[in-house]
Amino acid sequence: MDPMEAIKQTYFQECDELLLAMEEGLIAMESGEADSETINAVFRAVHSIKGGGGAFGFEILVGFSHVFETAMDLVRSGKLDPTPDVVKVLLRAGDKLSDHVTAARNGGSDAVDDAEVKAELAKLTGEDPEDAGAPAPADFEGLAFAPVMIDIGDEEPAAPPCPIWHVRFAPHAGLYAKANEPYLLIRELGMLGPIEVTADLSKLPDLSALEPDQAYFAWNVALKDCPDRTKVEEVFEFVSGDCDLEITEEKVEAAAPAAFAISAPGLPSLDDDDEPAAAPVAEAQPEEKKAAAPAAAQAAPTTVDLIKQTIRVDLDKVDRLVNLVGELVITQAMLSQRILDSVQQGQTVSAGLGELEHLLRELQEAVMAIRTQPVKSVFQRMPRLVRETAAQTGKEVRLEIEGETTEVDKTVIERLGEPLTHMIRNAVDHGLETPAERVAAGKPAEGTVKLSAEHRGGRIIIEVADDGRGINRSKVREKAIERGLISPNANLSDEEIDNLIFLPGFSTAATVSNISGRGVGLDVVRRNIMDLGGRITIGSANGKGSKFSLTLPLTLAVLDGMIVAVGEQTFVLPLSHIIESLLPKSADVKAFGSNGMLLNVRGVYVPLVSVGRLLRVPGAKYDLANSVVILVESEGVGRMALAVDAIVGQRQVVIKSFESNIGHIDGIAAATILGDGRVALILDIDGLVAGCREGTGGRPTEYQQALGA
Amino acid sequence: MGKTILTVDDSRTMRDMLRLALSGAGHTVIQADDGVHGVEVLEKAGVVDVIITDINMPRMDGYGFIEHVRRGSANKMTPILVLTTESEPAKKMRARDAGATGWIVKPFDPEKLLAAIRRVSP
Repeated sequence: MDPMEAIKQTYFQECDELLLAMEEGLIAMESGEADSETINAVFRAVHSIKGGGGAFGFEILVGFSHVFETAMDLVRSGKLDPTPDVVKVLLRAGDKLSDHVTAARNGGSDAVDDAEVKAELAKLTGEDPEDAGAPAPADFEGLAFAPVMIDIGDEEPAAPPCPIWHVRFAPHAGLYAKANEPYLLIRELGMLGPIEVTADLSKLPDLSALEPDQAYFAWNVALKDCPDRTKVEEVFEFVSGDCDLEITEEKVEAAAPAAFAISAPGLPSLDDDDEPAAAPVAEAQPEEKKAAAPAAAQAAPTTVDLIKQTIRVDLDKVDRLVNLVGELVITQAMLSQRILDSVQQGQTVSAGLGELEHLLRELQEAVMAIRTQPVKSVFQRMPRLVRETAAQTGKEVRLEIEGETTEVDKTVIERLGEPLTHMIRNAVDHGLETPAERVAAGKPAEGTVKLSAEHRGGRIIIEVADDGRGINRSKVREKAIERGLISPNANLSDEEIDNLIFLPGFSTAATVSNISGRGVGLDVVRRNIMDLGGRITIGSANGKGSKFSLTLPLTLAVLDGMIVAVGEQTFVLPLSHIIESLLPKSADVKAFGSNGMLLNVRGVYVPLVSVGRLLRVPGAKYDLANSVVILVESEGVGRMALAVDAIVGQRQVVIKSFESNIGHIDGIAAATILGDGRVALILDIDGLVAGCREGTGGRPTEYQQALGA
Repeated sequence: MGKTILTVDDSRTMRDMLRLALSGAGHTVIQADDGVHGVEVLEKAGVVDVIITDINMPRMDGYGFIEHVRRGSANKMTPILVLTTESEPAKKMRARDAGATGWIVKPFDPEKLLAAIRRVSP
């Protein structure tokens, strides 16, 4: 890759981090908890984004961040009080800056409308918004690098001849203290044209009176062939103020002879690049420099690297590692099974195998942990979302975030954004009341949405809770009946009514607002979560609020499964979906509908399906009553009993996706390789339930009735 | 011919760009991400030929870093170039008062950067 392109990638990665830091800082400022370092960090973030943006020529981005930076500079220097109103503007500016970065990343195709925010920022800083976007005033240094015409043609019409510049340069002691070096400045002049140098030693005192850190020398330099005064001035740019400098111009007649000689008695010309010219300077300096030289040479080969404790690794590399370890686990399992089959019980080899298995399990966990990230990267997008949704709906909302350092697999994090966005919007748009309604209900005008994450039992629980009006159950019920989702006389528990809002095509909002989406409802959220191997539940208290809980696996790479045998095949059922396994009595199995079956589980009827029949597995038993039944729970509509031939065991399996090779198969989630080397399919319980719901002609209504029976 | 140059900047982008420009010109580049880190790195590295530092950094900013170096480290006499987007005279003056040798205005092109180094280091 082109190195600049690689740096550009780094820049955008860094922008993401900086934007995050900025947002955190701004939110701290909003809550009044920001100390000066936090404010400084926000300033630096904007500053760095601007700086890098300038290097890549993102002018619009630079223009906007310049105005933003100016405002932050005023805040950090105490000239602008970060009142809530000011911070609001800054937060909006932060959002816009993030948009600008995205636009720049996408090649600048999508224009960002920042006029309003820019104007508000300019109001804070007192800058003219028209001026505000303009790049910083052209620097002296910049001017000096204007292209110089190089035309060596002899027939050039009589250009005015170059004057001779007489430069008198007398350094002060401060010049040396800042490590400037007259020799280098004179050398620089020599690069502009031929020079003649004379040293003025008249100020040099007797040795007894000589102070080593004082400046005694001055130089007179005559420079020819340099047309531009600014170029001469530029040489002394760093030392202006630390020296006496006079530059005078001697006009040269057009006919002036080419010969150029200014007497330089006793001093060698700098053209030879001879060290002696600088010698007096070196003497005037403390000894340190010479003594330091060998040390520098010694240090040169050592590369002092960053002390940072993190490295960036290509995700592909990590995935390869994860895969290899997965294979290793499988191979170990195969090996141990074969060894145990062939050796006598109780031999030391089996103890060693146990140890190996233990170590491998640990290795696998460690490797998996590489892929985990804090949920922060998703959570950090939510404050902005809440602000925007609140502004659009005219609500006052405070977002509380907890547990953002909770870690979960990167793939889970990547796919969490969409459902979470939907739920947060839903909470603000539908969950919370308007400020007026809240006050009328005796609540504070400002509503609270709480987003939290925590680890619980090898899974991650993410909750979105609001203190709004809660779910209006009678309205939900009405709607569900109206839509034909339940029968008018269905007898549903509160929980079941709440869960109705996850059904496709259900929307409780009287009018479809443009916030929570058009026609895209919570059913999509649920689908997303289920695709991740998770589940979503809802709790609600009328007038007090509602709470959505997501339960997600920590990783999509391994799964705890129950291995079952069906005919000649072996299948894996995700343990997370299994409630219990049982051996049914034939009396408990009832026919239902045309070819459906129900199983009486301690007085509750549950649809019963034969996995063998459903998947047409060769050699499967069809005698349901003599099968082993595994009671599973599917998201949403409830439980189901799956009949299999036998339970083989329970173990962790490495998930091998086959979608990229043979596409999606209903009812099958993925495959795995078992200890004996055989491939087993992992059943997609939710897909199976959905599939056989159609197969048995069942509808949610009927299941609900069956459940309620 | 190559010099040993320490760059101090909290922005990874800027560090990468400096490294690219400087090592491309045959210099040895060592890096630090803020003033405190810069001081630590210098303690290990000894005397370097040139130091290039940003101004706005966490923990210890460029002014503090320059003052620290000038106050009596082994690199007391090492040229220090300040890297800043600020072209306001006030910021430059403050850096100079702290002991900076010169400055480079961001965004820099590599040629400008090398010219500034040439102007402060033999």
